[in-house]
Amino acid sequence: MTMPFRGPAAVPLVLHVNGEDFHVFVEPRRTLLSVLREELGLTGAKLGCGHGQCGACTVILDGETAYACLTLAIDCEDREIRTIEGLMRGDSLHPVQEALIAHDGYQCGFCTPGQVMSAVSLLEHNPRPTDDEIREGMAGNVCRCGAYPNIIASVAAAAELMAAEGD
Amino acid sequence: MAMHPFAYANANSLEEAAANLDGETRPLAGGTDLVALMKDGLVAPKRLVNLKTVPGLAGVVAHADGLHIGALTTLSNLASNPELQERRDLAALVEALEESATPQLRHTATIGGNLLQWPRCWYFRNPQVPCWRKGGRRCFAFQGENKYHTIFGGGPCFAPHPSDPSVALMALDASVLVVGPQDRDHRNGFRVVPLAEFFVLPRRDHEWADGYHPVTLLETDEIVAAVVVPQAADGARSAFVKVMERGAWDFALVSAAVSLTMDGNRVAASRVVLGGVAPIPWRANQAEAALRGERVSEDGVARAVRAAVADARPLGHNEYKVALAKQALAQAFRALA
Repeated sequence: MTMPFRGPAAVPLVLHVNGEDFHVFVEPRRTLLSVLREELGLTGAKLGCGHGQCGACTVILDGETAYACLTLAIDCEDREIRTIEGLMRGDSLHPVQEALIAHDGYQCGFCTPGQVMSAVSLLEHNPRPTDDEIREGMAGNVCRCGAYPNIIASVAAAAELMAAEGD
Repeated sequence: MAMHPFAYANANSLEEAAANLDGETRPLAGGTDLVALMKDGLVAPKRLVNLKTVPGLAGVVAHADGLHIGALTTLSNLASNPELQERRDLAALVEALEESATPQLRHTATIGGNLLQWPRCWYFRNPQVPCWRKGGRRCFAFQGENKYHTIFGGGPCFAPHPSDPSVALMALDASVLVVGPQDRDHRNGFRVVPLAEFFVLPRRDHEWADGYHPVTLLETDEIVAAVVVPQAADGARSAFVKVMERGAWDFALVSAAVSLTMDGNRVAASRVVLGGVAPIPWRANQAEAALRGERVSEDGVARAVRAAVADARPLGHNEYKVALAKQALAQAFRALA
């Protein structure tokens, strides 16, 4: 029962990112984060700790948040990948992004794309979260500026915005 | 942080995957621990076998001998399983799953992989430090920075087991189904190992070819296929309590899981397990003995809690864990009283 191993040299992969197919040629050891940033030019997801301890690399895989720094790109064939670059509708920011601006939900902004993806996913699964549910849903994203109270207020405000829009 | 190069293949069956495993070919599930270890060069497999493509390895199925939890079930899918959510005897497991890690990690990490995590000890995780667990000569925590380390069962390694669900699962008397070569006790391709035997205290003679001292009995050519939670006695209930240094996203300083079966208002049987305090989930046999036939009263709980930590051997910087373990255990009993 010999298995058809691919690699360790670069192999062709098709990644479905923000509704588009991307053909890349990468080694199996490449993380999803490095392929998004270095092959596809999608630099919204950030490399913070590289060990799944900060959340700056958060993306949405098949409808659930995940850390792109701990995910192999080759593990993402046939999966729907969403990054912050896919959130805008035309020229409009996503309500979560609008709310973060309105409520000062960041200072330096490095963690913000990851915070946004966690908030978007939280509100997709639970459109009217309580403050405790927001804290739990956002628990996998560290903000070293300590903007937490404003992040929680932003997510609550985004929920209101989206409800008003009938999203 | 570039990983060493490796080849990758999708497995179609457990048998196929197991037949291809050896010290240099490792199974890949959620990868939340393995990829981090590979990034640090702590492990450098030449090949990864992806188990996520094996049909039927994720999900919960009721069998005559109890619930079979597929090893590839993610922590979040398991926590939200309707059967688990409804059953009071399994409350400790749901609680432990919900308190584990973060949403992102729970969406990715699997229950099988959770049991197989390597210690989070900062000496072990530092590639510059040749600690005993990874084939070096000594434990640097024993006389070093050991605030987060063990108060039971330590030596030669003093790093605690990091898993919360394992603490709950041991209180629920769970076993694992292990797939491996037919020549080694795998009847019908499987061997069934109670968690109490699956986790092993650090031993010099329990060593992999690469010099690492594994935390479980699993050999490098074996795969955990499922976790089996046996049917509990009627009226059994369980609870889990986790104490963290920060409010979220932390490993347990200590945790406690208790499973109780009552006979009237007296304890007929109990399983008491502490986490974060030993190299393996730590069964508190003396607490169980102290409870037998007793009421879950303030006095009964106090006696059980004292018995649970009677043999504690704290290190230089973690005596606080003794008091914390007593508190966590008392809180778990209160949740069941």
